[in-house]
Amino acid sequence: MAVDRRDFLKLAGASVGGLLLSSAVSEQASAVSDAGMAETDVSMLYDTTKCVGCKACQTACRDWNKTAPEVDSSGIYDTPQDLSGDTWTLIQLYEEGPSWSFVKHQCMHCLDPACVAACPVAALQKSEEGPVTYDATRCFGCRYCMIACPFHIPKYQWDTNAPLIRKCTFCTDRMAQDMGPACVDACPTGALVWGNRGDLLADAHARIAENPDKYVDHVYGEHEAGGTLAIYLSHVPFEKLDFPALDSEPLPKQTELAMASVPGIIVGMGALMSGVYYAKSRGEKGKEA
Amino acid sequence: MAVAARAEKRPLSIGTVILWVLVIAGLWSSYIRFTQGLGAATNLSDGRPWGLWITFDVLIGIALAAGGFTLAAIVYIFRLERFYPLLRPTILTAFLGYGLAATAIMFDLGLPWRIWHPLVYWNIHSPLFEVAWCVMTYLTVLALEVSPVVFEKFNLKGPLNLVRAITIPLVIVGIVLSTMHQSSLGSVFLIVPYRLHGLWYTGILPILFFVSAVAVGLAMVIFESSLSASAFKHRVKQGILAEVGSYIPYVLGLYLVLNLGALVVSGDVTLLFEGSVASLLYLLEIIGGVIIPIVLFSMPSVRQNRKALFRAAFLVIVGVLLNRFNVSLFGLGGAVYAPSWMEFAVTAGMVSAGVLIYMFTINNFPVLGGSSDAH
Repeated sequence: MAVDRRDFLKLAGASVGGLLLSSAVSEQASAVSDAGMAETDVSMLYDTTKCVGCKACQTACRDWNKTAPEVDSSGIYDTPQDLSGDTWTLIQLYEEGPSWSFVKHQCMHCLDPACVAACPVAALQKSEEGPVTYDATRCFGCRYCMIACPFHIPKYQWDTNAPLIRKCTFCTDRMAQDMGPACVDACPTGALVWGNRGDLLADAHARIAENPDKYVDHVYGEHEAGGTLAIYLSHVPFEKLDFPALDSEPLPKQTELAMASVPGIIVGMGALMSGVYYAKSRGEKGKEA
Repeated sequence: MAVAARAEKRPLSIGTVILWVLVIAGLWSSYIRFTQGLGAATNLSDGRPWGLWITFDVLIGIALAAGGFTLAAIVYIFRLERFYPLLRPTILTAFLGYGLAATAIMFDLGLPWRIWHPLVYWNIHSPLFEVAWCVMTYLTVLALEVSPVVFEKFNLKGPLNLVRAITIPLVIVGIVLSTMHQSSLGSVFLIVPYRLHGLWYTGILPILFFVSAVAVGLAMVIFESSLSASAFKHRVKQGILAEVGSYIPYVLGLYLVLNLGALVVSGDVTLLFEGSVASLLYLLEIIGGVIIPIVLFSMPSVRQNRKALFRAAFLVIVGVLLNRFNVSLFGLGGAVYAPSWMEFAVTAGMVSAGVLIYMFTINNFPVLGGSSDAH
């Protein structure tokens, strides 16, 4: 009995050890990053100091993507309260005492997106040009992307019986026709511009340098979660505008480690169990003889 | 065999009636779910995309079914054949547990008719992709492991010998697959460091999920054998159950060390003393579901007493149940959520169906009392 228990402990110990070991081994493998490649990706820059809250971007998004308006009780005005299956970009007003600001919310199009790493059927993908695209024909509706996204961006069509994930597409379909994103093209004040990421980042830092009193000294999206294509300038602290405080580590790194250990677990556990079985079987034969 | 005696004992008890009522309520809710969609049947929302079905039916269903691979390892790999009488009911439970999880996934997927998509559309970086593959293959393995029960009943010698011949490789594949997906269910939550409360978020979440699954798998063996003992008048020797119980403190002890160790290393241990609901839930889980069971299972007086052993096993089960709720619901940031009655009805209906199938199988197939063959 005592011997058996020790064997059992060996089993438990070896299993855990195997898991630990294989995750340690795989650490190097996961340290590959493609940051730096993003300089030439398409990107957009939003500046709170230039936004007048006209919501032309919101309407342009709706028109181009043919999403349904979310009307108020009067049935006249389109007044979405939050991003949703029908509202992929949204202007919100932050107001606290004398301090106020508009802010535009939409998919941040991460450089190393959590949703893309999470999606088990690779419906969400990182496109060549940068934007995070969604292939509706692959999606089977597990909603892991909604859980994984640190910005809480992917939304679901809860009201239908064949629901899809919905989010900003960066108008990749317009770009294919040499047009800019619908929201950018509609912006009358230049609060929203698009271009390649390197230029926009330089522009953003230049604006802060020119008017250091006007802006918070932070370009949101430059480093957050490894960096995003949507980058922001603001005159009020970003947490007031519902932007989460994230460090520069891309979220998929957290999972890559565990996923890279899988081959180790297969080989390690398979070998361990086979080994124990043969050792035990030989022991039994020895006893019989 | 005692089949006749068992049949006599099989009354249409109040319990069975309740189970059938729950199954019918579940069927009605299923009808709503599949004709009107997730929005109509559930209280899920953009702020709370995963709810009761994922937590209970999938995460907990799969954890509680871990007895299948644990006991198979003990009996076939470690060659501790005295545990054989426990194996068949445990494998059957595991099969039903995974069946429950797979069925629940059909309910939860927005487009359930595409459930096969992971077979053709791959993302090897996704823990959920791995879980999908493992659950599909392991369900097949479990079906094969259960199949001798059917083959014996109908005296199908050919298939029976075939399955017997591949038992060992099958068991090893089952153990590997279980190690993979039991841990990967924890990996699923590695990508939410900002959303999951610090008391539960740790890089070793996959290891914690795996170790707790082994512990609860053993506890389920005791729990189920005890219930079968009263329901089917089938008693296995107390000594064997006591021995299963004697393993649990080691597994739970390892779990406790890893769990607290991770908290100390990350520094999140301070969160314990903030007096929040989260800290209370964590303490409840660790004290009630881990520390007290370690003490109880270490006491020979508890192990030798059927009822005490049952209660200790029950604590472990509740502890793991609470842990999965904490990780995937209570500790996971998002909108306020309480399941709709239809979500409850589907879950209760599926569990009831599982119990009814279990009883039917026990009553009609040679599951209890081991097999008639040389074991």
